[in-house]
Amino acid sequence: MAKFNLNINGKGMEVDVDPQTPMLWVLRDHLNLTGTKYGCGIAQCGACTVHLNGTATRSCMLPVSTVGNNEITTIEGLSENGDHPVQQAWLEHDVPQCGYCQAGQIMSATSLLKSNPSPSDEQIEASMSGNICRCGTYVRIKAAVKTASKR
Amino acid sequence: MTLLKTKVGRRSFLKTSAAAGGGLMISFSWLASCTSSTSKAEVLAMPEEWFELNAYLKIGENGVTTIFCPNPEFGQNVMTSMPMIVAEELDMDWKNVVVEMAEFNATLYDRQFTGGSQGIRRAWNPLRMAGATARHMLKEAAAAEWKVPVSEITTQSARLIHKPSGQEAGYGEFAMAAAQLTPPEEVELKEVKNFQIIGNSKKNVDGKKIVTGAKMYSLDIKQEGMLTAMIVHPPGFGLKLKDFNPESIKSMPGIVDVFSFKTYNDDFGRNFFDTNTFPELVAIVGNSTWEVMNAKKALEVQWEKFTEHTFTLDAFGQKTEVSLPAGLESSQGHVSAMRKEAAKPATELRKDGDPEKVFKEAAKVIEKTYSAPFLAHNMMEPINCVADVTANKAVISAPTQAPGFIEGAIANRLGMSPDQVEIVMTRMGGGFGRRAYCHYMVEAAVISQKMNKPVKLVYTREDDMTFGIYRPAYMATYRAALDEDNNLIAYHVKAGGIPESPLGRGAANRFPAGAVDNYLAEEWSVTSNITIGAFRAPRSNFLGGVEQSFLDEVAEAAGKDPIQFRLDLLERSKTNPVGENNDYDADRYAGVLELVRDKSNWDQTESGTHRGVAAYFCHNSYAAHVVDIKMVSGTPKVEKVTCAMDCGVVVNPDAAANMAEGAIVDGIGNAFFGEMTFNNGVPDKTNFDRYRMIRMNEAPKAIDVHFVQNEIDPTGLGEPPFPPIFGAVANALYKATDKRHYDQPFLHNRVRLG
Repeated sequence: MAKFNLNINGKGMEVDVDPQTPMLWVLRDHLNLTGTKYGCGIAQCGACTVHLNGTATRSCMLPVSTVGNNEITTIEGLSENGDHPVQQAWLEHDVPQCGYCQAGQIMSATSLLKSNPSPSDEQIEASMSGNICRCGTYVRIKAAVKTASKR
Repeated sequence: MTLLKTKVGRRSFLKTSAAAGGGLMISFSWLASCTSSTSKAEVLAMPEEWFELNAYLKIGENGVTTIFCPNPEFGQNVMTSMPMIVAEELDMDWKNVVVEMAEFNATLYDRQFTGGSQGIRRAWNPLRMAGATARHMLKEAAAAEWKVPVSEITTQSARLIHKPSGQEAGYGEFAMAAAQLTPPEEVELKEVKNFQIIGNSKKNVDGKKIVTGAKMYSLDIKQEGMLTAMIVHPPGFGLKLKDFNPESIKSMPGIVDVFSFKTYNDDFGRNFFDTNTFPELVAIVGNSTWEVMNAKKALEVQWEKFTEHTFTLDAFGQKTEVSLPAGLESSQGHVSAMRKEAAKPATELRKDGDPEKVFKEAAKVIEKTYSAPFLAHNMMEPINCVADVTANKAVISAPTQAPGFIEGAIANRLGMSPDQVEIVMTRMGGGFGRRAYCHYMVEAAVISQKMNKPVKLVYTREDDMTFGIYRPAYMATYRAALDEDNNLIAYHVKAGGIPESPLGRGAANRFPAGAVDNYLAEEWSVTSNITIGAFRAPRSNFLGGVEQSFLDEVAEAAGKDPIQFRLDLLERSKTNPVGENNDYDADRYAGVLELVRDKSNWDQTESGTHRGVAAYFCHNSYAAHVVDIKMVSGTPKVEKVTCAMDCGVVVNPDAAANMAEGAIVDGIGNAFFGEMTFNNGVPDKTNFDRYRMIRMNEAPKAIDVHFVQNEIDPTGLGEPPFPPIFGAVANALYKATDKRHYDQPFLHNRVRLG
């Protein structure tokens, strides 16, 4: 076990865990930030996507010991009132079905739009194809990303 | 005017209105979930007091109304559509509705089960009755206070109005008085044409919680003193626990206990949903998920082959002995076993005319064999359950489609009575049929009881994917006979699977039965120890695809347009039906074909676009699709899907379209990539690195969903659009590649038929 001072959603947080513990479980088990989801544990589905210094990162394979002072943003920290343009676009297009993958989808989409505010269809597909939606809401996800890109 | 006897739900209404006599005080804060707006100003002010008018709704003194969704939510959006139905008949102002998941309570609610596309269909009358009854009681309360006849009172948007005297009041003002009244013997329902809420799209009431990552799933639950548990199950089918060494992991960090247990008592008569894939498991209990995961990898455990054995299945009181074969099965062996069985005489399910004679004399005979592999459900939220078992009470919170089917098993295993078991239905991260088999709720309960602490049982993705309860593997041979004028004169389907045939439960009476003079349907099956379960549109998800693929080939052989070919057959079955019990309405079936022909501009195919059509009827609804495929660098890409559906009245159109879109994407994904294979009993695919799921770049660029407008009571929606998409994809793929595709998945290497 070791102590780590983490910068999560703009706040300093301390945890005492096995250094190999992936950030996913640090967030979910130790910091009670459960918006970040467990889907596969091998970075294949994207449900656990968070931002590491603003870039979409799969937290299930990110050991806490490698995070250091870098900024982690989770779905809970994306906006204060849940009104980030991407979150609003998601509501406007009524994207979710079961909803389980959507936090990860939103974190991937916000990261994409930060680096590329007006992505083409192909760029959206390339960037979002790491996130599985088992319910099959891809058409709406793409439409919501496009709507958000206009804001 | 539609009058509905309230008798059906009387028991529950009487019970709850009595309990609500003094008004029920509940204090909590709740966001206005029916307005998906993010504006803070739209947070509803909660009432001081709630008055329960029946089990489905309670009204606050300020008019804010809570409507309970009785059925489990797994993404089909019943949390929104079911309350919409209540709100419609209540004449409620949707802005002032708060939605809550109901408790699981078989006395208060009729069918708290998500499956078979029956949610809205079966709850349609009870939900309407709940709203209409409450509205009537509010009118009665106002009539008594105003001293006017009830018949003179009207309602509009949560207000009671007496026009002759000019008196008016909000529902909240009469909620307390209404809650004291006895529910009416019968109530008047609205005419479909007067619906204000039903038919007008409402946003998902849980949308805001979903996009902000709020706690909604059982995997998110955290309780004081809660431990995390995982199970270790045999790595393959045909294996059982031999021995394990708890000392191998007991000293690892965070590990509290390691023990083996049986999920069900040996003498327990398991019901249809109590599938017991691996009867004995090892539980590892610890302080955190990561620590338990590590211990799970390090556990020393030995497995051994089991011998053939029998168990008792208690299907609604009817007890049967079921035999489970021994052996370590492989996909290669499955294919040869199916081919062997398919060559033998099979069980006749339906026969019209003299098919064998006609086949011998036909001008043309087309015969094709189709196959499809086992499929894993792969819900995004892995299997899990939170159990808090104390001496006299068990609270089990879980993603479950079928709480009513597992309650007895939990009680039996814990040595409790069913009323000591409380089941909390959490929002499910997908289900697709898998969560009707709730062994994991018993497992969590057993572990919690042993530990005497709340326990969260978590399956890893690997556990989830390799635990069985798969969609069966299937094979079907179709034959069609054409006369010299290219009329379909005989049709033969011989289908089977491992371990069940897809033709069971009346599927032999589906189209084109009734439209062909000489018809034969036969089935066979091969036993297996690989467990199976319902998977979105069970059996139909194979039949719909292959039958529609075959009909496309027959239409081509007959030189006819595939839509017109089907319409001609439907016309035949309508005007001069063959045989009895034909299980479809030819007009509604033709209706979706005509609608999809129209909306897809079927007659005008763009150059470079390859189109396929298919239609199917199952789960009481009709669906037709046209799939447009383009070849991009030698790879087929689905550009667009046009979908036409007839599922009766559509409650929440945009959400309904979302579900049809999902079924289409799900179907394309499984048609292209979906398969689970086995080697010596061991599943070859354990996670998403090897089990290929459809992703955004493979999904259609556009999906255009249309509903037939009618006033038929809602039928079903979650499953019906799924089966035909397999056929439409196969038919478009044929146009795109000049090659018929008979074996699913179409775009993935697998054991071929040769």
